[in-house]
Amino acid sequence: MSAEAVLVRKGAYYDSVQLMRVSRALSGTPGVAAAMVAMATELNVSVIRDLGFTVPEACPGDLLIAVRADDPEAAVAEADRQLTTLQRPGAAAEQPPLTTWSAAAGEPAGLVLVSVPGEHAFCEAYDAVMAGLPVMVFSDGVPVELERRLKELAEERDVLVMGPDCGTASIGGVGLGFANVLAPGPVGVVAASGTGAQQVTSLLDWAGTGVSHILGVGGRDLSAEVGGLSTLRALRMLDEDPATELIVLVSKPPAPEVARAVEEAVAGLRTPVVPALLPAPDSGASGGANLTKATEQALRTLGRPVPEWPSWVAAPQTPRKTLKGIYSGGTLSLEAAAVAGQGDIVDYGDDAYTRGRAHPMIDPTLRLEALARTGETDVVLLDVVLGHGADPDPAAALAPAVARTSAAVVVALVGTRGDPQDLQRQAAAFRDAGAAVFLSNAQAARHARSLV
Amino acid sequence: MSPLSTPSRVITVGAGLLDEALAAQAVPTTPVDWRPPLPGTAEALVKVLGDPRRQAANELAADRLTSARPHLVGVRRAAEVLPRGTFLHAGPPITWERASGPMRGALIGAMLLEGLAADEHDAAARLAAGEVALRPCHEHAAVGPMAGVVSPSMWLFEVRDEEHGGTAYCSLNEGLGKVLRYGAYGPEVLERLRWMAAVLGPALAAALERTGPIDLRSLIAQALQMGDELHNRNRAATSLLLRELAPAVVEAAPGEAAQVLRFINGNDHFFLNAGMAAAKVSTDAARGIPGSTMVVAMARNGTDFGVQVSGLGGRWFTGPAGVPDGLYLGTYGPEDANPDIGDSTITETSGLGGFAMAASPAIVRFVGGEVADAVRATRSMYEITLAEHPAYQIPGLGFRGTPVGIDVTLVARTGLLPVVNTGIAGRIAGTGQVGAGLVKPPAEAFTSALLALAEAVSDPF
Repeated sequence: MSAEAVLVRKGAYYDSVQLMRVSRALSGTPGVAAAMVAMATELNVSVIRDLGFTVPEACPGDLLIAVRADDPEAAVAEADRQLTTLQRPGAAAEQPPLTTWSAAAGEPAGLVLVSVPGEHAFCEAYDAVMAGLPVMVFSDGVPVELERRLKELAEERDVLVMGPDCGTASIGGVGLGFANVLAPGPVGVVAASGTGAQQVTSLLDWAGTGVSHILGVGGRDLSAEVGGLSTLRALRMLDEDPATELIVLVSKPPAPEVARAVEEAVAGLRTPVVPALLPAPDSGASGGANLTKATEQALRTLGRPVPEWPSWVAAPQTPRKTLKGIYSGGTLSLEAAAVAGQGDIVDYGDDAYTRGRAHPMIDPTLRLEALARTGETDVVLLDVVLGHGADPDPAAALAPAVARTSAAVVVALVGTRGDPQDLQRQAAAFRDAGAAVFLSNAQAARHARSLV
Repeated sequence: MSPLSTPSRVITVGAGLLDEALAAQAVPTTPVDWRPPLPGTAEALVKVLGDPRRQAANELAADRLTSARPHLVGVRRAAEVLPRGTFLHAGPPITWERASGPMRGALIGAMLLEGLAADEHDAAARLAAGEVALRPCHEHAAVGPMAGVVSPSMWLFEVRDEEHGGTAYCSLNEGLGKVLRYGAYGPEVLERLRWMAAVLGPALAAALERTGPIDLRSLIAQALQMGDELHNRNRAATSLLLRELAPAVVEAAPGEAAQVLRFINGNDHFFLNAGMAAAKVSTDAARGIPGSTMVVAMARNGTDFGVQVSGLGGRWFTGPAGVPDGLYLGTYGPEDANPDIGDSTITETSGLGGFAMAASPAIVRFVGGEVADAVRATRSMYEITLAEHPAYQIPGLGFRGTPVGIDVTLVARTGLLPVVNTGIAGRIAGTGQVGAGLVKPPAEAFTSALLALAEAVSDPF
């Protein structure tokens, strides 16, 4: 049988909201039919009377505890317990920024790195530009008209937009995206291609020449739609940079009107510029300029010696019938195709292979499958890119696959002695698996061609 | 052109791997806790963010909202403000057919109060026949809590913005429990309203003539520092207002001063309506700025939750009103609750209420939360607002200004909806208040506003 208890606590003030919570908890306790804990205001008294309780004389400054329960005494004790727990302190967590806009309003930053899916990248990059911060857009799949709009805004705000689809950059020694560990030095790089810039700076590093900055501009910057806005700005920035003595411009074939603007800009710079023009994707073979040659020219312009580019080759390889390229870097694959002048060179870093999966510089799955499909009539040409952001130990997965295949394998190993993966150890692992390893992608491609 | 130098800190948004690569180089980073925008908004976001007018328009809108100086200048009969044959109501436009229980109850009560119907059935029949025009408060420079029904014989607070010159109105608060704004229309409800029209309104009007304009911006700023958030807790603000008014009430209406002051003292929410008019006059100052994506009104009619945006004039963007999550009076429970209702979300729109929860830790007990939840709620609202209020400050956050000026694009990008504190009305007409708590606005009200903003971008690139 349930019994009632109505208590008046004179002058015991609690916030009404806290009391509603206690009432609710108490009402939900087994054995409690009805409960209300409230200040004795007119309204509360009438609600308690509506619940069928007889309420003694009380004023609004008093606390009322009304319970109908199997054990009213226990229920009142529970109410008191609830009332005491109201004073518990709690810690407040910090709110992380949810947008670049919010982050830019927080602690002062010098740069924004955007790598959200391409369809959403504009909003974050826009926030950076509007906050007056340089931005690197690693994301690909950003529509070209948005790239144009972003770069126009950046012109108004006097900031640099690197990308979209900018895989690597380095500013004042800070590597961004896929970034090799480079010593500071006199060469500034403006690059429309991430792996192109990585090849040039890795070779420079081997030659003992450091890098001031690498400014990526995105693969479409020199198109007629975008008009080379970032390239022109990056050239001016490096020209004004006291640490930069020479500029290497890694570019894809520009639209004719953009080429003129770039030529004019280059002519007006105090700093010498060495171009490294990459072949167009559909140009087919052209044995002309390549990244290794451009690097050598840069060294000569600086009056520095050009070293022998290293290779790690265990045993001579025998001639085969066909050349297969299994690449992760788009520009490296184009260069390989141009130098080799033959074969089937596939870029597994292309959009078609990266939808819904990580880049092959991080996830080797697709390239492992491709390697498994090669046989003794094949020469396989493979690039392995080291540095921050890339696979922490690419040889761990790829070297055993190289050892398993009966094909002749040639590896272009793009990296520096400072890279976290350890260049020498990686080279040794591939050599020990039977591959011929080259630091120069062009030399690797030439070697592969010689085996066919 | 700024020179190339080592970035002291890098903001990273997207792949954690690239943030880790910076950490490996000992570069400090600020990682953004990025999430995809609300479904269906990606294209519109790009268009609206790219609108060249937007930044300046939003700066102006936020500046006008936060620089408004609302003053309580008078109390006057609604008949002086209302068009003839019209009742005002809360929220976006609604018909009798679509009106919820408490909205119908309040309209019936107003018919009875005005002597336009013999009884509740007659009142309902006349309302169904369209004998009275129903218009949103917001269309007539007014706001009303809960049902927000205003009929000619009611008295209204008159609040003027001394900075920009606007005027806004709000009814006088009846107290809690069985009251018209919660849909109750029993004899005690009508009797109280008659007393308010005959005694309270005229006494306050006469008192305000003596005090002169009362600075509500300053009063609200003080109340925030005394533990109010100015939506569900108005205890400090009511006390402050009472202190301002009391001597003048005694002088102006000596015969009724005791009842008037006792009535105000007995209702911790008496200030709410004056605060709502202050919020309304401030947000109205930010209306009609082409290209602005800032919200200037959030309001519910018990059926729909509607928002209005500065750059889109008087258009309403609506979604279904949700049922609040909260605590219930007595034996009432969620099954007794009506969907969200009232113009009181004008407090959140102006940086108070749920947005100022950190100033009012007691409020979080509504949802069984901790003090930390109040702080978290306020902190999260900085992610969707354009500014921090220069006068409305939160002591517990180091006197940081409250988050103010909801940006539709930030709501869509973060998926964070405004935190709204509210009372809960009974579902059935005539019930009154059944509880109080927090309510989630419908996302579609904000996404449809964003899509309309995208359509209004005149210069697509």
